[in-house]
Amino acid sequence: MQDFIQHIINGISLGSIYALIALGYTMVYGILKMINFAHSDVYMVGAFAAYYFARWMGIENNPGISSLITLLLVSMVCCSLLGLVIERLAYRPLRNAPKLNILITAIGVSLFLEYSGQVVFGADPKVFPSVINDFVLFNIGNVELKSFDVTVLVVSIIAMVALQFLIFKTKIGRAMRAVSSNASVASLMGVNPDRIIAFTFVVGSALAGVGSVLVGMKYPKIDPLMGMMIGMKAFVAAVLGGIGNLGGAVLGALIMGLSEEMVVAYLSSTYRDALAFGILIVILIFKPAGLLGKYSVEKV
Amino acid sequence: MKRLLLTLALVLPLVAGCTKKENEIVIGEYDSLTGSDATFGLSSNKGVRLALDEVNAAGGIKGKKISLVTLDDQGKNEEAAAAVTRLINQNKVVAIIGGVASGRSKAAGPIAQNAKVPFLSPASTNPDVTKIGDYVFRICFIDPFQGFVMAKFASENLKLKKVAILRDVKNDYSVGLADVFAEEFKKRGGEITNDLSYQAGDIDFKAQLTQIRSKNPEGIYVPGYYTEVGLISQQARQLGIKVPLMGGDGWDSDKLSEIGKEAVNGNYYSNHYTTESTDPSVTEFIKKFKAKYNETPDALAALGYDAGKILAAAIERAPDLSGKSIRDELAKTKDFAGVTGKITLNENRDAVKSAVIIQVDGNNRKYITTITP
Repeated sequence: MQDFIQHIINGISLGSIYALIALGYTMVYGILKMINFAHSDVYMVGAFAAYYFARWMGIENNPGISSLITLLLVSMVCCSLLGLVIERLAYRPLRNAPKLNILITAIGVSLFLEYSGQVVFGADPKVFPSVINDFVLFNIGNVELKSFDVTVLVVSIIAMVALQFLIFKTKIGRAMRAVSSNASVASLMGVNPDRIIAFTFVVGSALAGVGSVLVGMKYPKIDPLMGMMIGMKAFVAAVLGGIGNLGGAVLGALIMGLSEEMVVAYLSSTYRDALAFGILIVILIFKPAGLLGKYSVEKV
Repeated sequence: MKRLLLTLALVLPLVAGCTKKENEIVIGEYDSLTGSDATFGLSSNKGVRLALDEVNAAGGIKGKKISLVTLDDQGKNEEAAAAVTRLINQNKVVAIIGGVASGRSKAAGPIAQNAKVPFLSPASTNPDVTKIGDYVFRICFIDPFQGFVMAKFASENLKLKKVAILRDVKNDYSVGLADVFAEEFKKRGGEITNDLSYQAGDIDFKAQLTQIRSKNPEGIYVPGYYTEVGLISQQARQLGIKVPLMGGDGWDSDKLSEIGKEAVNGNYYSNHYTTESTDPSVTEFIKKFKAKYNETPDALAALGYDAGKILAAAIERAPDLSGKSIRDELAKTKDFAGVTGKITLNENRDAVKSAVIIQVDGNNRKYITTITP
């Protein structure tokens, strides 16, 4: 029983990391109806930005909340800028091109970042500095709840609520919804779709930046291909929850994290990645719109 | 310019072949002097050169000096095969000291085998390498041997009764070590509480470790590479698992402590050799190596050194310089006191030798003991 509870805690903690990245996928999809496959590589660049900044500033020697916030800001800014550049150079010129072209471009950008990352940062793994101390919040018997697991979960829930607020309660959110529903009509109403789309990339990439710092502290090994698998899993989580739906992304990510943990615990780690894609296939067959998504015909 | 280089490349080896003198014994060597694992090849090459220089300084073999021809395989299998072909056909070498990587030995070994030129690898640990044929030898232990060594150490020295295994299923090396460890540990009356797996590249191991924790083993055998082992150690300590972790030479990197921090301290792994050994032959080797190259020799340098010495000894004993005679003498190598332990080649042309157990202590590697087969 203790083990089971521990597995649940581990699973939620893993799922909340997927959630932070899944939110980025789902946001861009919600507005642009495109999968930004480069999102997970923006996350990788964020981790390296924070790593080099921490080394440069000597942050690893004085851990604490202020160092954490500094690193989060650095990573968010770098990721947002990168997101903006990608949107401006790779996606905007293709705004009116067929969906397939944009999809292929996204994959191209992703591979470009991964492999230029290997050239720039080196292919060997780097070690992320421990910015704040991980401590046990409470333990019952063998079951431990770590401050870190709670932090990641809380951050992803805050992010989700803040996004929900942004989209449904603010003017820019209304503009986002308008662009999402019909960009050309929205532009007739005085909304500048290019600016709204750029803003979406900024917010989504900033979330990836938050995720990268949190993951870097929890699993201190970072390398240029670190985004590959986690990006695929987060993408599956977003589809599982209903892509375009913020709550769905978090729900899907938690389900992914928990089921992965349970599969490894009670079956074998060999099935870990197979499960993620198995879930994707099953969902696409039986509920193509995802758990919380609304069904609509989509031409890709 | 290109044409000039090409002509030179074609002509030079011929010229080099012509300059072969009668009072010289030519030994060939290929190694990764450039490329992604150049550090391994360079170390091994330095060891070989040191050994052969010593032989020459002591008067050479049968009154003849040894000359070493080293070719670069750039870390590529096809280059290794080309290098060996060139060593045999153009340089007319009497024997070849192979490279470090098992894959490249598998590519180059068959060529030496067909030409009946003795081929001695200093560091190819994959079991299949010597199965190429009766002219292929190695002086390092094979991968599964490390599983045996750690099982012996765990049951005899650490007196463990219950051990869990966490293996990298994607990696032949890890699977080989884990299988032999399990078999040997059970033979010694131990119990394997869990035999779980992960895959290289994973970052989260808590599910496996939580399962392991519930069985309360006294140690965990993780025969993987340092990147994952660092994370596994850390997550094990986070889950309150305090028992030692054990592994093989895949742990041997400074990155291990960088990733795992203090969580890896106190863990054990098996290796070929240690600079901390107090054996006079080892200390003297280190002294000579430092004097010549101004750096501390690593395990591959030590293996290269032993390879050079063993080959020279075999040529010395051989009645003539034919491939067959040298091969037969190499096969008779017995109780050779090398830097990396006492080396005996068995009927499979694999080295039967000792391994050392190292304990991690920050960036220090504490020598614990030597385990003989």
